[in-house]
Amino acid sequence: MLEIKGLMADLQGEDKTILKGVDLNIGAGEVHAIMGPNGSGKSTLSYILSGKDGYEVTGGSATLDGDDLLDMEPEERAAAGLFLAFQYPVEIPGVGNMTFLRTAVNAQRKARGEDELSAGDFLKIVRAKAKDLQIDADMLKRPVNVGFSGGEKKRNEILQMAMLEPKMCILDETDSGLDVDAMKLVAEGVNALRSAGRSFLVITHYQRLLDHIKPDVVHIMADGRIIKTGGPELALEVENNGYADLLAEVV
Amino acid sequence: MAVAKLKSDATEARLAGLTLPAGLDTARKDALSRLIAMGLPHKRDEYWKYTDPASLTQADAPQAALFHNDEGPMFDAIDRVKIVFVDGVFDADASDDLAADGVTITRLSDVADADIHWATELYGTLEARGQTPVERPLAALNSAFASDGVLIHATGKASKPINLIYLHGDTGSDVMLHSLVKVDAGAEVTLLETGPAAARFNSVLEVDVASKGAFHHVRSQGRDHERRAVTHCFARIEDEALFKSFTLTVNGKLTRNECIIEMLGDDAVAHVAGACVGDGNDFHHDDTVFITHDALNGESRQVFKKVLRNGAVGVFQGKILVKAGAQKTDGYQISQSLLLDEDSQFLAKPELEIYADDVACSHGSTSGAIDEDALFYLQSRGVPRQAATDLLTLAFLAESLEEIADEALADDLRERLEGWMARRG
Repeated sequence: MLEIKGLMADLQGEDKTILKGVDLNIGAGEVHAIMGPNGSGKSTLSYILSGKDGYEVTGGSATLDGDDLLDMEPEERAAAGLFLAFQYPVEIPGVGNMTFLRTAVNAQRKARGEDELSAGDFLKIVRAKAKDLQIDADMLKRPVNVGFSGGEKKRNEILQMAMLEPKMCILDETDSGLDVDAMKLVAEGVNALRSAGRSFLVITHYQRLLDHIKPDVVHIMADGRIIKTGGPELALEVENNGYADLLAEVV
Repeated sequence: MAVAKLKSDATEARLAGLTLPAGLDTARKDALSRLIAMGLPHKRDEYWKYTDPASLTQADAPQAALFHNDEGPMFDAIDRVKIVFVDGVFDADASDDLAADGVTITRLSDVADADIHWATELYGTLEARGQTPVERPLAALNSAFASDGVLIHATGKASKPINLIYLHGDTGSDVMLHSLVKVDAGAEVTLLETGPAAARFNSVLEVDVASKGAFHHVRSQGRDHERRAVTHCFARIEDEALFKSFTLTVNGKLTRNECIIEMLGDDAVAHVAGACVGDGNDFHHDDTVFITHDALNGESRQVFKKVLRNGAVGVFQGKILVKAGAQKTDGYQISQSLLLDEDSQFLAKPELEIYADDVACSHGSTSGAIDEDALFYLQSRGVPRQAATDLLTLAFLAESLEEIADEALADDLRERLEGWMARRG
């Protein structure tokens, strides 16, 4: 599904290389986790895949079902089925959460040549999905993420994911800022979306999230590269010993 | 040449072809005397530093092409009394009967034949009061020469809004209209003003709101790209009275909207808001507001938002004056611009002048570009960049639209704005 080969990238305008050749291959229905110390390039990888400005790809490739992601506008990547759950969801004063969701869903449907959802149908679907995530009517009415708690923001990300039904979901430190209960709720939301046709890339610092969202494959990223790949046991190893041993191995 | 001489010459040239219309003779003559004493404004006047009044004061109106669109009239779904003026000339066929429960409506041009005591007393009075401490000569010009307008007297709760519809049909029309609104104690009325009116439009509105009365004003200035307008709204509000005014401006070569409010009674509330969308270096829009608190516990809000692109210019001059004794005043003022490119300009002059010691007054003014993080967030959810920009632009304007009390009116304006943006590309 997602195939990344030798991806290299700089911070635009600065002579600073962040990704130094990332290789990653995620099959349909698989859940991969990327762990790594601060500054290893995990979030940058998620931004580059989703098309954020400010980075310059200097080498390598990234494709989604064979289509060149790097050649697309961010909205085209979304319509192609890529979704990034933000580490810091953006507050948008003046735009109602419901308007935002409907605009997004219909923009993607339009881009794919599908009919837009009627207001009634949309409402029915969003209410059902919001209920599962314990998102109340008030949160749907309020401006996007404005005044939301950390947990509410992350649940709102998962609601968007549920509404947009992407095939490749990237979760960028979705556990950050969450208490144990909120993390469980978010993880349940994610697990409910797991299917044979949908893949996940879960970026996290901590093994704890992976207790709830069980990965098939765990990668360790450091200094702009994937330095080690293994099963779920690799995450436990990090939890117990930190990154120092792994980093030492590579050097 | 000295500015005084320039101004008196310009005033003389402007007055050369004008004669005072019949009716309200004393008020018109007084206004003319005020005008001659002041002279028409000049760009070297401090109050016109950011807006050159030349095209508003010159003898003939500059030509303005007509703007054609296939949209229906504004507020068409709302039951209202329609009063239509085409280039300032009343169109009886297109207008409704000038009647609604709770309100009496008369045309200004009929006042010469009718003895409407309150109108004779009010006409030019608030305009004259509004000439200090800052001169507003174009309003005096209007009081002297306005050809028509509407007199609205709310004696109870008006059963429907009154909509002055200003159509523009002549590329060289030069129009002055002057309307009065008197809201009796406990009465309430909503005035809607829509359309461009003329190539050059000079409008004065005098609003007198008695104790516990309420006046709502929602205006959408016409989208003719080349039209020019100078408008003045003078209001005097008494105890526990409410005054709310909102203006939407999209297009127009030059617009200067002045709003001058005196809060004379305790516990009065005055909100003035504006949303403006300007595109192109021939767009110049100026909001000038002067609110005087002269009683206890008054609340005033000024909320002005401007979206500017392709060299458009926006101006805001807003003042809150709190007189000695106007304790517990709560004054708020915000003026913000969203600059969609580097060619556009926003000039803001917020002013507070406070002589009471127990007041809360705040003001803020910002200029900013579109929030790139929010833009990316929307794009990452599949919303194309242009649509995302439009959505954020509407969100930016939202705070000013929220000042409209009537949701149906606000929704109509919101939908128009969305439509105008979607069609632009």
